Amino acid sequence: MKFINYLEHITGVSVFPLTSLLLFVAFFVLVTIWVMNTDNAFIDHMKNIPLESDINEK
Amino acid sequence: MELEKFSYDNRLPKYFAIATILWGVVGMLAGVLIAFQLAFPVLNLDMAATTFGRVRPVHTNAVIFAFVGNGIFTAIYYSLPRLLKTKMFSNVLGKIHFWGWQLIIVAAAVTLLAGFTTGKEYAELEWPIDIAITLVWVVFGINMFGTILTRRERHLYVAIWFFIASWVTVAMLHIVNSFELPFSFMKSYSLYAGVQDALVQWWYGHNAVAFFLTTPYLGLMYYFVPKAANRPVYSYRLSIVHFWSLIFLYIWAGPHHLLYTALPEWAQSLGTAFSIMLILPSWGGMLNGLFTLRGAWDKVREDPILKFFVVGVTCYGMSTFEGPMLSLKNVNAISHYSDWTIAHVHIGALGWNGFMTFGMMYWLIPRLFKTELFSKKLASTHFWIGTLGILLYAIPMYWAAFRSYFMFKAFTPEGQLQYQFIDIVQTTIPFYVMRAVGGTIYLVGVLVMVYNLIKTAKQGTFVESEDAEAAPLAKTYTPTGKRFWHSVIERRPLLLLVMSLLVVALGGIFELIPTFLIKSNIPTIASVKPYTPLELQGRDIYVREGCYTCHSQMIRPFRYEVMRYGEYSKAGEFVYDHPFQWGSKRTGPDLARIGGKYPDSWHFNHMLDPTSMSPGSVMPKYPWLFRRDLDISSTISKIHAMRQLGVPYAEGYEAKANEDLSIQAKSIAAELKVSKIEVSEKKEIIALIAYLQRVGKDIKGEQKVVAEAEQK
Repeated sequence: MKFINYLEHITGVSVFPLTSLLLFVAFFVLVTIWVMNTDNAFIDHMKNIPLESDINEK
Repeated sequence: MELEKFSYDNRLPKYFAIATILWGVVGMLAGVLIAFQLAFPVLNLDMAATTFGRVRPVHTNAVIFAFVGNGIFTAIYYSLPRLLKTKMFSNVLGKIHFWGWQLIIVAAAVTLLAGFTTGKEYAELEWPIDIAITLVWVVFGINMFGTILTRRERHLYVAIWFFIASWVTVAMLHIVNSFELPFSFMKSYSLYAGVQDALVQWWYGHNAVAFFLTTPYLGLMYYFVPKAANRPVYSYRLSIVHFWSLIFLYIWAGPHHLLYTALPEWAQSLGTAFSIMLILPSWGGMLNGLFTLRGAWDKVREDPILKFFVVGVTCYGMSTFEGPMLSLKNVNAISHYSDWTIAHVHIGALGWNGFMTFGMMYWLIPRLFKTELFSKKLASTHFWIGTLGILLYAIPMYWAAFRSYFMFKAFTPEGQLQYQFIDIVQTTIPFYVMRAVGGTIYLVGVLVMVYNLIKTAKQGTFVESEDAEAAPLAKTYTPTGKRFWHSVIERRPLLLLVMSLLVVALGGIFELIPTFLIKSNIPTIASVKPYTPLELQGRDIYVREGCYTCHSQMIRPFRYEVMRYGEYSKAGEFVYDHPFQWGSKRTGPDLARIGGKYPDSWHFNHMLDPTSMSPGSVMPKYPWLFRRDLDISSTISKIHAMRQLGVPYAEGYEAKANEDLSIQAKSIAAELKVSKIEVSEKKEIIALIAYLQRVGKDIKGEQKVVAEAEQK
């Protein structure tokens, strides 16, 4: 569809997809780095929260 | 430190569980009915309330918001207090939430069958119900955050993040997509028109799948799978990455529902790129769920609950692989408007949401009633029946999709289309039958579960509340092990809420801003004029009868579509369409260029008995349109509302709108009389014919103007 033509008239429209991609990559890398640096004891504590036994549970 | 005593209230989880199962059965029953209607049109029963176009929204809304919705609430009301070692914040708010939600469901079913619809898929409910949903959602949110703020466990387990993100995102989606201008007690027009309405709608539609059907159920998975397997989640680190990248990415992918439509190219590409990236977090989540069972596969063979979870999570993996594939343009060219989409969503609905719910129920009900499951064997039987049902449902649909695609694009050596639309409908009918049988089998499995669970409940005694004890939160925080940045967020639920909102809003903003920039950029095609009052009334009948559930109004720029339906659709054609009616499925042919294609008498006879004009058609009959008089008392408020939305009706036109309406109606009745059809010009069918004869006609004969506008 030739609709793209109208959109291309918006100044700097390509900044939208480009920014979004960069934002995500930066975000993803940060989360991954931080997650890799976490402490094992903390992770173990978190993991086991659902399993801490309820009193009535078999 | 001294332990505090408190108790978990099991009544609300029980209520929500019962509601989940009850509405599940109702929603699936509606699904089976409409599945058979497609093969045997006589099942439409010639009544408005039982016709496909009205029952289909009941099916989709019931399954999504009633079945899965109550499933989410069951999971949250059970797991949240236990994960936070506290009771739910308020029992009264819980009850308001429960009864409010059920009331909304009943109101939704009644109004949809009565024909009150906004005409936007999965958001069909009219404005009073939209407001009620917002209120109940806020009540639910207060109850959830109240619980979180009074917790005894400092850190929020990953399931809770998924619940928080779901809550805040659904709130945002629902509000933005529901902007509508009421013109009567139960009817409104969408604030957006045409292209913008389409983008907002599919931004909503896509993310309703993400944040109603997926993220809350991932929360459910992260709680109930470890519980059922009695071992912690495979990798907690992975779950952190899973959470943030999933909620970040999901929101951007909406435009993939509009590939090859009049949506701008870059937005389509953006949708595709983010959809492909979505495979990573989705599969990370799936593997995390499956690997939780590592070393416990022997249990999976014995335990029906784990079987349900394994297949459920696997279906999640399959759908989330298929979804990105469908967002590739060349694949989408095949799948869009076809039964492939139907197969895709049902792998998700039946496999992921259905099986995860069943697994949860088989685990939960015995615990709520302090007993063993009545019959493990029956549960296993249910598992196999359900799996068979899914396969029998999906395979015929995939097959039908490819078959019809090849038939659609077949040309004779002379360059003519080889098949009529009706030929393709005819060859699809056997697949519709198989699909309906598959759905019925799946429903039978659910009934087996209902029996099993009732028996289970009867042999036990309901545990109204469970006592528990835990230490209160210490005033000062001493970190477990080394400090960890993410624990800062996990300790601060409101910060988590704000961050989640930021992350999802970012995607929404980037996706929607350009759409609103477009407004000034869409050249109004000079020849596209507002609908006449009679056509407007006719259009509202088109919306009311749910015509969009089977007919699209969007011709894609393919040779085989242009030859079959006519000139491809332009963005400027839809500027007065509140709401847009592009549709998403073609059980019948596209209607974007139906105007002027047939004489009035053809439409008259066709609506009365479709097979008389189109032998072999599976379209229902619409006899009530010939009995009912058009309600012209609404014309004034409709014209007024449309003007407020920016449709250029002259000031004061309301006063003579009905006069014009009557003149046009008389001329159509006169036209019909020439074809020896006697009908009062006051009937609804006259308005519908007026609308159908107008659709897509404005640009005919004005192609030059369009071409010039596009060249600019």
